Amino acid sequence: MPVRAARAAPEFVPRVRHPLERWLRTDRLPHIWCSGCGLGTALSAFLYALDELGWDPDTVAVVSGIGCAGRVAGYLRLDTYHTTHGRAIPFATGLKLAKPDLHVIVFSGDGDLFAIGGNHFIHAARRNMDIAVICVNNFNYGMTGGQLGPTTPVGARTTTSPFGNFEHPFNLVHLAASAGATYVARCTTLDGRRLQKALVEALSHKGFTFVEILAPCPTNYGRRNRLGEGLDELRYYREHMVIKHGADPKEADIAPGKPFLVGKFVDIQKPTYLELYQAKAREIGGEG
Amino acid sequence: MSELQERVAKRWKVPKGHIYVLEEFCKGCGFCVEFCPKKVLAQASHFNDKGYHPPEVVDPEACVLCGFCERICPDFAIWVEEEGKSDAG
Ligand SMILES: Cc1ncc(C[n+]2csc(CCOP(=O)(O)OP(=O)(O)O)c2C)c(N)n1
Ligand code: SF4
Ligand code: SF4
Ligand code: SF4
Ligand SMILES: [Mg+2]
Repeated sequence: MPVRAARAAPEFVPRVRHPLERWLRTDRLPHIWCSGCGLGTALSAFLYALDELGWDPDTVAVVSGIGCAGRVAGYLRLDTYHTTHGRAIPFATGLKLAKPDLHVIVFSGDGDLFAIGGNHFIHAARRNMDIAVICVNNFNYGMTGGQLGPTTPVGARTTTSPFGNFEHPFNLVHLAASAGATYVARCTTLDGRRLQKALVEALSHKGFTFVEILAPCPTNYGRRNRLGEGLDELRYYREHMVIKHGADPKEADIAPGKPFLVGKFVDIQKPTYLELYQAKAREIGGEG
Repeated sequence: MSELQERVAKRWKVPKGHIYVLEEFCKGCGFCVEFCPKKVLAQASHFNDKGYHPPEVVDPEACVLCGFCERICPDFAIWVEEEGKSDAG
């Protein structure tokens, strides 16, 4: 249709600026993530949230573990730390206690945070450590070739469950809520402004907060489960997600082919580790 | 100056502003094309240097500048700009 094509002819513009550029180490872009991977969308939602909060970048520190999700640390024009596998939360804990005025955010994957790093997660939540944890859950270990992880749904195929997973997976929403998190939300990378809102709330909430972001991994999880491209995984989310705020975290299970919940599950206040520590120090006559 | 600033983007005029596409960042995932609520975009027939089909604007009049294409893009390859808020080109 030549008429339409003529009407839609583009101009060529040099020295363009993406609206999120000030948060990014643009010399490292394009990033390494696969076509159709959800990690880039999760990263950009996080940056929109930071933009909305308007914090001075010098007051923000981001800590990642190892994995495709763990690569986030390397793309940010912020103080970041790419820790060893599973140890993002202990590092973030130390950082927060040494520099309580910093906004400390952990950004990592399901395997990093809940397999090797699972114990750190439950204890940071239990203590109400004042950090925000963002987990991109792609239901497997993407970086190492698509092995089964603690969130792999029953029946799903991975390189280490070629006949279908028979283990009970974690429901991360329920786990975080039970361990003591004071804010818990789940979104998908299709959720646009809803995802941004959850991240803004989690980042600005006092205490241990948790946002699970469901994201496609077309190269490993998607391919082995015949889910098609990243696009098909997003279509699957659109068809199966049920938005519900204030639902019982126990109902947030994820099973292949079944509807799953997204929304805000927990939003409460309680004293943080640092507040309790300072109160105890005052009580025994120290400085706090 | 960062590399991103040195690159040349394609820009289309739409009723409330502009849509930008930085073709060499695009990995052809099709998210922007599929989830634009107004079907403004389509996958171009040409390839970028990486061998992916970037999006192009086929129905500029329909764009409501909702910004969803920008938000869903995993690769910082497409964004919108409201008229009068330009800090580029
Ligand atoms: C101590 C140690 N054990 C194992 C590994 C191998 N390893 C690297 S990434 C990873 C899993 C990452 O999974 P996840 O956190 O879900 O990230 P994804 O790649 O899926 O984003 C593993 C097991 C390692 N790097 N270090
Ligand atoms: S392997 Fe999976 S998680 Fe890793 S970059 Fe590729 S699609 Fe993303
Ligand atoms: S701004 Fe909205 S309507 Fe316009 S192209 Fe992007 S997604 Fe479509
Ligand atoms: S969403 Fe981004 S990477 Fe995907 S096709 Fe559109 S411009 Fe390209
Ligand atoms: Mg993973």
